[in-house]
Amino acid sequence: MTSPILDISSVSLSFGRLKALDGVSFAVSAGERLALLGHNGAGKSTLFKAILGFLAPQAGHISVTGHAPGTDPARIAVNYLPEVVSFPRNLTGREVLAYFSGLRGAPRRDVADLLSRVGLADAADRAVGAYSKGMRQRLGLAQALIGAPRLLLLDEPTSGLDPVSREDFYEVIAEAAGRGSAVLLSSHSLEEVQNRTDRVAILAQGRLCAEGTVAQLAARASLPTTIRITAHAGAADDLHAAFGGRRINGCRLEIDCDAATKLSVLARLGQHRQALSDIDVAAPGLNDIYRHFSGRDRAEDRT
Amino acid sequence: MNSRIATVFAQEFRQARRNLWVMLATGALGLFALALGLFGAWQGAALKADVLTLTAASLATLSVYLIPLIALLMSYDSLAGEVERGSLALTLATPVRRWEVFVGKFAAQAAAVGLAIVMAFGLAGLVVGLLAGTGIDGIVAWLRLIATSVLLGAVFVGIGLLLSALTGRTSRAAAAAVGTWLLLVVLYDLALLGAIMTAGEGVFAGQVFPWLVVANPADAFRLYNLAMIDTAPVAGIDGLARTLPFPPIAALVALWGWLAVVLALGVQRTKRIIP
Repeated sequence: MTSPILDISSVSLSFGRLKALDGVSFAVSAGERLALLGHNGAGKSTLFKAILGFLAPQAGHISVTGHAPGTDPARIAVNYLPEVVSFPRNLTGREVLAYFSGLRGAPRRDVADLLSRVGLADAADRAVGAYSKGMRQRLGLAQALIGAPRLLLLDEPTSGLDPVSREDFYEVIAEAAGRGSAVLLSSHSLEEVQNRTDRVAILAQGRLCAEGTVAQLAARASLPTTIRITAHAGAADDLHAAFGGRRINGCRLEIDCDAATKLSVLARLGQHRQALSDIDVAAPGLNDIYRHFSGRDRAEDRT
Repeated sequence: MNSRIATVFAQEFRQARRNLWVMLATGALGLFALALGLFGAWQGAALKADVLTLTAASLATLSVYLIPLIALLMSYDSLAGEVERGSLALTLATPVRRWEVFVGKFAAQAAAVGLAIVMAFGLAGLVVGLLAGTGIDGIVAWLRLIATSVLLGAVFVGIGLLLSALTGRTSRAAAAAVGTWLLLVVLYDLALLGAIMTAGEGVFAGQVFPWLVVANPADAFRLYNLAMIDTAPVAGIDGLARTLPFPPIAALVALWGWLAVVLALGVQRTKRIIP
């Protein structure tokens, strides 16, 4: 395997006493999409600013295509889309892209192609002030695609977009990854990125809590499946005695079991079918997995 | 000019034009220049003096208030606003150098202010000259006024950009710009006037005071223009224009000095911005 495009090793960065990043390490290779998940203030934007060379880590090392952040080869390799960006309202989409092409030394004749890739060909000569929020975000994405970047840094690129625009957005990102760009994007929601990125990394309070594919994380979390039972009147006590679990009210019972024993519990429940009025099986969701990893410290404190 | 500075310049100048800044500034300056010129024509006929020269003197006094204000308003938000809106982070993520961003913005805004001055004063001068007639001295005084006004505008565009880089927030940059204008254009003169009245004749009046006047870019601009026009009526601090202990060119050198210092500091502060 070739060396990764982005390599982050034990990076720590603090503002005064606040540790924004604490020993963060991961890597992203060419053509790979990695989603960085975390709450507000988990350190995602700080990490992006460190990768761009705006902030210098106190410890650890970041390399972009083998170069230090902020150096010319690193800047040429990275394209960036911040979480909030507003372009000058009185310039047109075409002028905005021409400006960034000029700064990157990329040919201006590619501007029209970039605009049509994000679906803005018709709005190219309208003032940005008249764009909708989705259009402005797509213009930002077009800006991030200038000059075939080797690393795309996207800071919560889809926040505030409707589901259709979001789908289009990820398609363009997949296309870029298909051309060999490494993609690092941040998000709040594991659900949103699960089928649209190759790996996820979860950041909480400046520390990397978990990293891997969604399936790997689910296996590692090994969260219990919950079976919710509604019993006929008077039968709940017997069921509780037989299966344990938690009583919710007079006729309802919740049983936690791991994935392996789920079927046998259900089979045993079948023997009590005259006592059951309803059964609901809830496998752990993505949000549960995300909460499990990002809230791990607090959970440990409580036990 | 390298191509990245040219790119920043083009974008910034286009915005200044689309924001109607150039038009508004031209309108305001042109109106004042014409009004002073026509008033001078009416007065000059009685004084038997050259109207254009007279108008150049009075316009120099008025420009000290207007041009710094226009230049500061144009530039104070330029870096701070872009930090707040997030667009500076995008710009600085490209291979562009920070000094190139600063220089490109400065050049474009100084050019926009300069263009407004040249159009407004040029047109007003043409009208007054044609209406009241003038000589070579009048034309020279007028051209001198235009050239030094452009320089004054550039100095204050530089000051505005420096404040913008220093504060990093639009609201603070606005407060700093208003404060700077008040300090350099209004309060400084009052303080000097008070000092000279208290001190009376002596070392302070003869040796220190003139240097304190040219140390302020706005005063240096006015003093230079008035000192170069022998017939100009002068009052207050400007009485110094007749008793300068150094050649008037020193005031012009002071203006250029301000420009150099402000640009150097601005570039240095821009390098420290965390977008």
